[in-house]
Amino acid sequence: MTNAVLTGLMLGGMYALIAMGLTLQYGVARIMNLSYGEFLVAAAFASYWLFTGWALSPLLGLTLVIPLSFGVSYALYRVLLTPLVRRARTRDALEVESILATFGMMFIVQGIMLAMFGGAYYSYSFLAIPVQLLGESLALNRLMAFGLAVVIGLALYLALTRTRIGTSIRAVAVDPAAAQLVAINVAQTSALAFALGGALVATAGVLISMFLTFSASSGVVFTMKALIIVVMGGVGNLLGCLVAGLLLGLSEALVATYVDPGLTLAVNFALFLTVLLIKPAGLFGRAQR
Amino acid sequence: MVSPVTRLAAGVLAIAGAAVFGANDAAQAQTSVKIGYAISRTGPNAGGAAVSTIPNYDLWVKEVNAAGGLKLGDKRVPIEIVQYDDRSSAEEAARALERLISQDKVDFILSPWGTGLNLAVGPILNKAGYPHLAATAVTDRAPELAKRWPNSFWLLGTSADASKTLVELLVKLRTEGKIGDTVAMASIADGFGIDLSAAARPALTAAKFKLVYDKTYPIGTQDLGPIVNEAKGLNPDVFIAFSYPPDTLGITEQSRIAGFNPKVFYTGVGTAFPLFRQKFGANAEGVMGIGGWSGDSPAIKDYLARHKAASANGAEPDRWASAVTYASLQMLQQAIERVGKIDRAAVINDLQTGTFDTVIGKIKLENNMPTKYWWVGQWQGGEFYGVGPAANEGARSAVVPKPAWKAQ
Repeated sequence: MTNAVLTGLMLGGMYALIAMGLTLQYGVARIMNLSYGEFLVAAAFASYWLFTGWALSPLLGLTLVIPLSFGVSYALYRVLLTPLVRRARTRDALEVESILATFGMMFIVQGIMLAMFGGAYYSYSFLAIPVQLLGESLALNRLMAFGLAVVIGLALYLALTRTRIGTSIRAVAVDPAAAQLVAINVAQTSALAFALGGALVATAGVLISMFLTFSASSGVVFTMKALIIVVMGGVGNLLGCLVAGLLLGLSEALVATYVDPGLTLAVNFALFLTVLLIKPAGLFGRAQR
Repeated sequence: MVSPVTRLAAGVLAIAGAAVFGANDAAQAQTSVKIGYAISRTGPNAGGAAVSTIPNYDLWVKEVNAAGGLKLGDKRVPIEIVQYDDRSSAEEAARALERLISQDKVDFILSPWGTGLNLAVGPILNKAGYPHLAATAVTDRAPELAKRWPNSFWLLGTSADASKTLVELLVKLRTEGKIGDTVAMASIADGFGIDLSAAARPALTAAKFKLVYDKTYPIGTQDLGPIVNEAKGLNPDVFIAFSYPPDTLGITEQSRIAGFNPKVFYTGVGTAFPLFRQKFGANAEGVMGIGGWSGDSPAIKDYLARHKAASANGAEPDRWASAVTYASLQMLQQAIERVGKIDRAAVINDLQTGTFDTVIGKIKLENNMPTKYWWVGQWQGGEFYGVGPAANEGARSAVVPKPAWKAQ
């Protein structure tokens, strides 16, 4: 039991980590970023490259990758997505247009990665050491990814609820028109949220690359997973993201251990559907926005 | 006095005429052999294609052209390549091949990567009369397909054969007293895993092994911890995972961390990849997996060296389908050269009946399939040697029990 719960928590933490960036990008900036998974894989490649080419530990690599991805995402929003934001009459229209734009972006990012790294699988070992916790051996790299997911999640939650800028981000998520009326710079805040999301997904990519095998084509898996978690937790809600991620991870591990590993996907989707049936806006979502 | 316009028109006509005649000339005297293929550069198959297929196609074309080309009669004709990305989709592969045949009018077509895509393009190649050397397809329907499509050659064998060979090896190890009779088996719920586990189940039972754990997991499973932990709890002598590359690496990593070290540790596709050794280093030692090659044979050593030298980053081939893929190209080349002209029916006939000298040894097909395969390999001293079937030339004896995992 301990083992299944621990494995589930760590898997769930990873899921939450994967999805947190998307909840900011989709929930606040209203950009349904279909190239989300590609950015995650790009960060994994960056980490791989730094680790194998420069012997730079992924944890140190984070200090390079996070600011870089923040900058890139910010620039992307400013240059590529702002025209869409200006043109869109409603938020729903923006969602549709951002789907099209980021769908194209997905191919570009994937193409660049294919050109640089080819289609092969990549994997490296970092901190793949067993550690004992409650009498069970767990991989240190997974444990660390989980720990960081929790720390990042809580830090962001506090930042969003306790700081002025966090409050304005939440205001934009709830109602951008009204936010504008109280002198919040919506464009600026959206760009910030999008860039923050970009930095988060890159963090997830670096951490995940320590224990998952990836290739230039594996982005879509992460986009799908993130999307499910974001919708399940309530769009734009960080806490919901964390809870939904943990819920999925736990249920997967418990089902794999006590029922059948073959049913993990089925349980994932059953859980997703149940949540949507009971709370259509997600676990922590508001029915009206 | 000729006006500039007339001159221009005459010039254009002359160029157009030259082009037409030039084309005619080309058709009469073969100046190149056009070879086309559609391969998964993107999509879920890209990982496999990038390791086993693309480097071998590149290497072969480079080598043949460096030697002046394919020998047709008494002269050499360089290879010209037309290639498309099938995006890992059967429809896209079919479309690309139709295009290669009807628009690009290629002389020969190389096969795509993977069982699914080879099955998908089989009928097209058969209808158009192109030889189809499926070097990366494992299917139990291979003998039946070879009959239905006489142009198709199934070089990687059947999954039933793969499972049977593994069980034979286990029986031998049990008779030698090296292992007991408990087996834990996990398999991926996708083509390959389903086929192999379906064949292994009855074979294991028939050989009186106790299957203490037998579970499947969906493709894309990101944490294989629960499977490894449960298998470990049952303390089996043998652990078998019919897995795909990402889970092969995942399961091995998890087992190492959980300290799960059965006497026989066998994983599926990807065990034979250079990436496996690169990731696990000394811990690869003793791990068994699907595939293998005669690592000591001079032809293989030479092939390995050429493969490394040809790829940009010194990448090594995988120790299973790569060598078979390269051998399939050698077979095609020898058949074409023996026929001496672009005559696809004659080339197919030669492939069916001829004997071929390849990096994996002499090959003579029976019913469009080879008679010998490597089904079980094992990492021994940094090389993935074939250990089963034990009767194969160059087979090493399996190191059992597997050495303990080392702390990294």
